[in-house]
Amino acid sequence: MLEIGLAHYMTVAAILFTLGIFGIFLNRKNVIIILMSVELMLLAVNINFVAFSVHLNDMVGQVFTMFVLTVAAAEAAIGLAILVVYFRNRGSIAVDDINAMKG
Amino acid sequence: MIQALAFYLFAAVTLGSGVMVISSRNPVHSVMFLILSFFSSAALFVLLGAEFLAMILVVVYVGAVAVLFLFVVMMLNINADMMKRQFAAYLPIGLMIGVVLAVELTFIATIWLTSPGAADVAGAMTPAMTDVTNTEALGRLIYTKYIYLFQASGLILLVAMIGAIVLTHRQRPGVRKQSVPDQFLRDPKDVVEVKKVEVRSGA
Repeated sequence: MLEIGLAHYMTVAAILFTLGIFGIFLNRKNVIIILMSVELMLLAVNINFVAFSVHLNDMVGQVFTMFVLTVAAAEAAIGLAILVVYFRNRGSIAVDDINAMKG
Repeated sequence: MIQALAFYLFAAVTLGSGVMVISSRNPVHSVMFLILSFFSSAALFVLLGAEFLAMILVVVYVGAVAVLFLFVVMMLNINADMMKRQFAAYLPIGLMIGVVLAVELTFIATIWLTSPGAADVAGAMTPAMTDVTNTEALGRLIYTKYIYLFQASGLILLVAMIGAIVLTHRQRPGVRKQSVPDQFLRDPKDVVEVKKVEVRSGA
């Protein structure tokens, strides 16, 4: 219990990832919270990467975490830009209202 | 002992603020808890010995992404009745998927065994902390072996920047702007008129 190993970090990451998924299902009225949930999931993945990198003594995991961070930042920027444009056009950001492309 | 206590503290703060991110009623509070969550996971990274990534996490997430979120949340002016929650409608399926996933992931986490040969296939061994710092070890990798990927990630950020600008840029009608080409192309013949004024009649 007092010896912190890989399993501890993996458990934290697993719970954080689940929280992210849970947030996506729970917040149907606000896409911003869904984007935040995606960020939480990416953070969980990053924790896993770094924990394994330290556990296996392999530096590449930390390099990959940097790339995940880059993509997460790009994703947040583009996602929020799309959201702003959408809100400007429709006046709402609820998931249920996003059906303009329904066939 | 201290390390274990610190781990449990920061893990609890990370998870607790994660819960608050998805359950908070006010989106601004959600962003604040997201910031807290990122800060405490940066502390977890420090505990793991990845200081550079911890600092990057603080700089990129707290400094850029969270502020972007805050900016958009405050700009969009979401009124309160629009934010009326429908927890009950989506709670069963969300809870079901969430619990199943959590149990599965926790199984993996707790019974994970590393193959004895895993250390041999490592892409780049971590140098001893006494020789080089974490930042230097990362720098030695990303500027040599992973230089193309590093450049590509820069390109991703450039594309994201241009995309965000193109998406949110709009031409407002009725705004008068200075147009240098138009000014240069103005011909005196079109706009200047010489009038003959009779003597003693101009006043």
